[in-house]
Amino acid sequence: MTTRIDRAFAAAKAANRPAFVTYLMGGDPDLATSQAILNALPQAGADVIELGLPFSDPMADGVVIQMAGQRALKAGQTLLGVLGMVEEFRRKDENTPIVLMGYYNPIYSFGVEKFLATAKEAGVDGLIIVDLPAEEDNELCIPALKAGINFIRLTTPTTDDKRLPVVLENTSGFVYYVSMTGITGAAIKSRAAVGEAVSRIKAHTNLPVAVGFGIKTAEDAAEIGKHADGIVVGTVLVDAVAKTLVDGKATDKTVSAVRELVADIAAGVKRART
Amino acid sequence: MDGINSLRNGPDEHGRFGIYGGRFVAETLMPLILDLEKEYRAAKVDPAYQAEIKNLATHYTGRPSPLYYAERLSKHLGGAKVWFKREELNHTGSHKINNCLGQILLAKRMGKTRIIAETGAGQHGVATATVCAKFDLPCTIFMGATDVERQMPNVLRMKMLGAEVRPVTAGAGTLKDAMNEALRDWVTNVENTYYLIGTAAGPHPYPEMVRDFQSVIGTELKEQFRELEGKLPDAVVACVGGGSNAIGTFHAFLDDPEVAIYGAEAAGHGIDIENGHAASMTGGRPGVLHGNRTYLLQDKDGQILEGHSISAGLDYPGVGPEHSYLHDSKRVTYVPITDNEALEAFQLCTKMEGIIPALESAHGLAQVIKLAPTLGTDKSVVLCLSGRGDKDVESVGKYLGLLK
Repeated sequence: MTTRIDRAFAAAKAANRPAFVTYLMGGDPDLATSQAILNALPQAGADVIELGLPFSDPMADGVVIQMAGQRALKAGQTLLGVLGMVEEFRRKDENTPIVLMGYYNPIYSFGVEKFLATAKEAGVDGLIIVDLPAEEDNELCIPALKAGINFIRLTTPTTDDKRLPVVLENTSGFVYYVSMTGITGAAIKSRAAVGEAVSRIKAHTNLPVAVGFGIKTAEDAAEIGKHADGIVVGTVLVDAVAKTLVDGKATDKTVSAVRELVADIAAGVKRART
Repeated sequence: MDGINSLRNGPDEHGRFGIYGGRFVAETLMPLILDLEKEYRAAKVDPAYQAEIKNLATHYTGRPSPLYYAERLSKHLGGAKVWFKREELNHTGSHKINNCLGQILLAKRMGKTRIIAETGAGQHGVATATVCAKFDLPCTIFMGATDVERQMPNVLRMKMLGAEVRPVTAGAGTLKDAMNEALRDWVTNVENTYYLIGTAAGPHPYPEMVRDFQSVIGTELKEQFRELEGKLPDAVVACVGGGSNAIGTFHAFLDDPEVAIYGAEAAGHGIDIENGHAASMTGGRPGVLHGNRTYLLQDKDGQILEGHSISAGLDYPGVGPEHSYLHDSKRVTYVPITDNEALEAFQLCTKMEGIIPALESAHGLAQVIKLAPTLGTDKSVVLCLSGRGDKDVESVGKYLGLLK
């Protein structure tokens, strides 16, 4: 049985381009605006959507995503609220996969089984939980697979050939290669090294490999997208939201700013292999 | 090796103490943490490494630290004899140096060329800056901006020792935020950087490692007490923030059921005031943060609370995982101590014994003050006096209205 994630990567491959994965923080700066951004993403060119679960202590994130999480929490966002956004999105879009990205504690606090059932029901396709490495697979990864939700693992420059099989063992959907040792929002040091790393990972798995961290422009997307099956863009989109805010509140430019930037980078994605 | 029913066997191979502990970190850090564990296992059984620790403990730290009978305080309280294990007399003024020496030698073995650390009260920051000076390694200390302000003497000490102190403004600017920022730095500079965690928390193997380095406290105490009194103490008491001095004090006594064990948590303004205290076991529930599962202060949605304590060293929403395990198993009794109770204990100790305790240690003392009068004069209670209070005289002076 193919999943929405499988189909999205297959469709991009058939079009001879990488899949475009976009990130937004669920509930930033408020629920209604965030929902409007989410709903607009597929039309603007997103193939896969990562929806951030806000957390008080995002240890792997740079300041841009930290602040977005703070805005969402301040506006009253909760785990259930983010799942509600997915449910709402699914009323109009049955095809675009949604992957929740965040940290474990809010899920653990909610209850793993209850969370998985609610997420599946809402139309969630995958999870990226930053602080759950392979060593902790029994916590959420294995239960998620049983519930029919993909568990997408991060691999990093420090994940060597010896460790890759451990990391890939229970990974499904796609593999997320983190282009650098660092936090979200930092800059890629070497594009060539990223290409080599993607080939190295592909020698170990048939899953698509998406590259994230440090992709900020259409040019970056076109360049990195030559070798990767997908490219992930997060911080610049979150920053686009932040730049339109007045006193922390959304303005009439907020949704369009993200939509335009996504469309711009999508053009880079499309020319990656031409 | 202890017996099968021993409470001293943890953690298991997954770094768990019961359900607590573990390795909840980003993949970038996983290879390093596995490496660290391997290196620590090798060092633990290396006689040369152990001999170097012993040598430094004797000639650099000044161990063994004395076990002192607080006679005036005991008579004043009118019950059990009160003893202090004088960790505040160690070089740098607290127990923190015990752990820093062990870890810096490990960092050297691993060929790391840069040290980072988080600090709350600044005691761990000072101890880290000290060992980095001695071993000629550059070091960066992350410290919450609020703590930088209330622990200025320690900030100055760190700077003079050659450390870079980075104030962290995120959140409430306390220990939790400093730890987040240290983790971000570590993820970025994982290649050459060693993260010298100061408390018995974080991802495996840190809780085990820090406990091992601090266990010298309880091991010495047990021997010293036996030599002086010919028996075991009836109770041992220590303050618990992350809980490194406490686990170091408790560990030698876990399998001695006749010894009652108390950990004093920071109850701040009071345990009933939401976000007004830092008592994670009395007022929190299990969750996952900073690499381990443990009791945490959190809201109903699993967002971490900042917590509050007058003491910067206890102002942390979590606690070491082994304490969570000992709390559930009821081997250790964790009690909440308010800011005011700690302040009173601080003053009593200063006036009666001529010893100015750290505000952290004053929380433990406040529990001793409650406990001793309930026991007979033939009983003995030992407090781990984990740090000296020089760093706190300004903030206590403000509370008492001695400073404008």
